Amino acid sequence: MRNKLKVLRAEHNLTQEQLGKAVEVSRQTINAIEKEKFDPSLVLAIKLARLFKTEIESIFIYAKD
Amino acid sequence: MTYSMKTKKQQVLNLAGWTWSWVATLALATFGPQFIWDDHQLLTILFVGLNFANGIAMVIANRHFFNSLDELQRKIQLEALGITLGLTVIIGITYSLLDTTNLIGADAEIGFLVGIIGIVYMVSTLIIRKRYA
Repeated sequence: MRNKLKVLRAEHNLTQEQLGKAVEVSRQTINAIEKEKFDPSLVLAIKLARLFKTEIESIFIYAKD
Repeated sequence: MTYSMKTKKQQVLNLAGWTWSWVATLALATFGPQFIWDDHQLLTILFVGLNFANGIAMVIANRHFFNSLDELQRKIQLEALGITLGLTVIIGITYSLLDTTNLIGADAEIGFLVGIIGIVYMVSTLIIRKRYA
């Protein structure tokens, strides 16, 4: 799944470490999501959306192909 | 349980403590009858029981450790455990077959399998972690 997490994080001047702490995951997990190697759970996606005050669909783009 | 570095570190230390104490009680139960208490049956039963109880505590500590991980770390551990279980069954059965068909001279020992579990788990964890890095 594609995502705009890196862009949003940069816009909010957050490091991966700080973002991880804010949503209660490790820096490695944030890094894996940004590199699109790992899709987060619904709970984590909601936490990220709430943190950036946006909808899940604005961060994560589901493309079938 | 929510993820935090402090909790994870605490759980790793807790698991390490129980693991080493299990190894220590195992060594005592194995070599004690021969070298320390001269085959005293009651002491042997006591130490075998202590080792078993320690093993249960180690399993509980391992469960707490897993619960302290975040979702990606759990996924990595789950994949590593799956590979470990599969390979252990295959290698274990093959090893047993080599013994029963007399293709190897020595008897098949459980210690060999425990060693294989440890090595496969460590290697697969490192490889999978690298994949998500």
